[in-house]
Amino acid sequence: MAPGETAVIAGFHDEELSVKLLEMGFLPGSSVRFNYAAPLGDPVCVTISGFDLSLRVSEAATIAILR
Amino acid sequence: MQSSGNMAQSPHLRIALAGKPNSGKSSLFNQLTGLNQKTGNFPGVTVDKHIGYCQLNATTRAQIIDLPGTFSIYPRTLDEKIVSEILVDATGENYPDRVVLVADATNLKNCFLLLTQMVDLQIPTILALNMVDLAAQAGMEFDIAQLQKQLDVPVVMINARTGSGLDELKEKMAAPLPKSSLHVYEPDAELVPILDKIQAELHLKSRHAAFIVLQQWNQMNFLPDPKKKELQQLAHDIRFFPAKYQGAETVQRYGFIQGVLNAVTSKVADKEWKENTYLLDRILTHKIWGYLIFLFILFSIFQSIFLIAQVPMDWIDQGFANLSSYLSGVFPDGPFFDLITQGIVPGIGGIVIFIPQIAILFAFISILEETGYMARVVFLMDKIMRKFGLNGKSVVPLISGWACAIPAIMATRTIDNWKDRLITIFVTPFMSCSARLPVFAIMVGLVVPANNLLWFINLQGIALMGLYLLGFVAAIGTALVMKMWVKTTEKSYLLMEMPTYRTPKWSNVGYTILEKTNAFVFEAGKVILAISIVLWVLASYGPGDAMQQAEQRVTAQAQQNNWSAEDTERVLAAEQLENSYAGKLGKFIEPAIRPLGYDWKIGIALITSFAAREVFVGTVSTIYSIGSTDDTATVKGRLKAEVNPETGGPRFTPAVGFSLLIFYTFAMQCMSTLAIVRRETKGWKWPAIQLAYMTGLAYLSALAVYQLMA
Repeated sequence: MAPGETAVIAGFHDEELSVKLLEMGFLPGSSVRFNYAAPLGDPVCVTISGFDLSLRVSEAATIAILR
Repeated sequence: MQSSGNMAQSPHLRIALAGKPNSGKSSLFNQLTGLNQKTGNFPGVTVDKHIGYCQLNATTRAQIIDLPGTFSIYPRTLDEKIVSEILVDATGENYPDRVVLVADATNLKNCFLLLTQMVDLQIPTILALNMVDLAAQAGMEFDIAQLQKQLDVPVVMINARTGSGLDELKEKMAAPLPKSSLHVYEPDAELVPILDKIQAELHLKSRHAAFIVLQQWNQMNFLPDPKKKELQQLAHDIRFFPAKYQGAETVQRYGFIQGVLNAVTSKVADKEWKENTYLLDRILTHKIWGYLIFLFILFSIFQSIFLIAQVPMDWIDQGFANLSSYLSGVFPDGPFFDLITQGIVPGIGGIVIFIPQIAILFAFISILEETGYMARVVFLMDKIMRKFGLNGKSVVPLISGWACAIPAIMATRTIDNWKDRLITIFVTPFMSCSARLPVFAIMVGLVVPANNLLWFINLQGIALMGLYLLGFVAAIGTALVMKMWVKTTEKSYLLMEMPTYRTPKWSNVGYTILEKTNAFVFEAGKVILAISIVLWVLASYGPGDAMQQAEQRVTAQAQQNNWSAEDTERVLAAEQLENSYAGKLGKFIEPAIRPLGYDWKIGIALITSFAAREVFVGTVSTIYSIGSTDDTATVKGRLKAEVNPETGGPRFTPAVGFSLLIFYTFAMQCMSTLAIVRRETKGWKWPAIQLAYMTGLAYLSALAVYQLMA
């Protein structure tokens, strides 16, 4: 995804992490916007249902998205 | 009837504040309790327990517990683990009669997750909607009556920053409060009989509490070990997989929440109200400006610690010296009074002197946290820090380490990964704390010329900066080694909210300063005080009649050479120190420290400063009075004049000075830090390794420096 782009969450690849992501509001079907990345490319800042949070690229990679 | 203002009275109600981080929970806690609060520890775990008291109305007084901020009852960090235990264990001493759930109105969805869990735990709950003003800016409106109806809990709109809405909240907190009739999550039917059995056995208040116990038996400290084993076996027998259930539960809850929000929210958030935050982020997390601004902020903190703090520190220093000499004038002679004037009073002074630096540092850190900037620091630094086995969240402890390692190590509790946290704890004492400064100041002053390299760059300043840098490099290097050495199966997560930028709430900053200063005074203070008393004994008493003989010798010399009373006293103090237990110990270790360029006098100082490094200066100033009656009043002057009997040259050559500087940069030399590390790592293993490693590194580096320079 490029900064500013929006996608829909389809599911998760990592079960352990998925519960934490779910709690923060990463629900299948909700839309997520990639805001910007940190200067070194990692972590990234995203918005999910009006809530800004940062996560590492490795964590973001466990989220399956639909574009 | 109870009257207000007395902390000792048993309160009528115990009310817990719960909510996600950055929801304004702490602001509300400060508003409700004011200065009527204290920080303690939850038994058995190293989590700060914030407790306060609030007079809700004329007749009702409440004990308020500020629970650590958490998104749900499933904990991630050490701090959060306590939340589920408190809310589940109905027989526990902290079990609340009711809960005030503080919700960020700009982001109700996330906040309601915990709310639905409270409701399922059957704890009477009040919903406090905070930041309604921001939500209005974002174009969100709520149907409060509808919200109350849907959730079956009282809803109060508040502004935790200004305190508006608090009267209504207090009224609701004091009024009779039934449980919500709502049940959001229903566990699978086959689990129900098992859960009901657990609920009855453990006297839990709800089926959901039993469900949580079955999931998190491992973290429930109130359960006796056989009970934990039983639950473990049970979970295994019925093939209970916590992660699967938790995921399903969360999805089900969010489904319910979405339904409620659709019914009560009249407009969806648009981006506009956060424009300023996004604009600031573009600058503050910029690849060049972001780091430059962060460096500038670090530099300002650094400057303030030294320049601003210096003034009150000088007052404190002078004040305690005056108190000591005043008291020794008033008190009669005798070991008990000597203990007070020479052991206890300077000991307390040695604690109080660090308060200005610690207060200033935590003022900065608290402001950075209040504004939301700290999350950006974590964001900027995470990738770099991970290369060294640390974590973006290690930045705050490392910076705090410049003031004092004790609050710094306590600040590592926000790091959820054990390995990252352990490495941060291990390397934080390398950050040059304020107690190293007196040692640095005197030795740098002695061996580095005060010349200006350029019109603004001073050689001594550069040397001092180099030492701080050296400590930082040692911290980073050690972290790198530990990254390869410490093994873990636990994954490291970041997943952190990026809060909207706000102006800091100054009273919150004030409370943080108070809390951190308290932590220092009471955690480090008691150790420093105890040590200074032990040291006083070691330095004031000697084996056999050596001390008396020294006194006779000096008195005879004084009469012979016609010394003034002042000179006699100084020489006597030095001679007595030489013949005391501390002096004997210094002579005993002399062979070991000779390769570093030190003599037994420095050996005494090393021993006395073993428990608290700042003691070095005081000891050195006493011991180097031996045999000299020149009128060099200052410590520096006396050290400068000291002659090495073997070479005939000055005792403190640059080689010796730098060797000492390097030693103090790396050596642990702080008993209070070891005590805190023991508490935070739950055992003596890590503090022991830390002590051995730091002392070893200090010794070898100092050896190398001396041998190369001498």
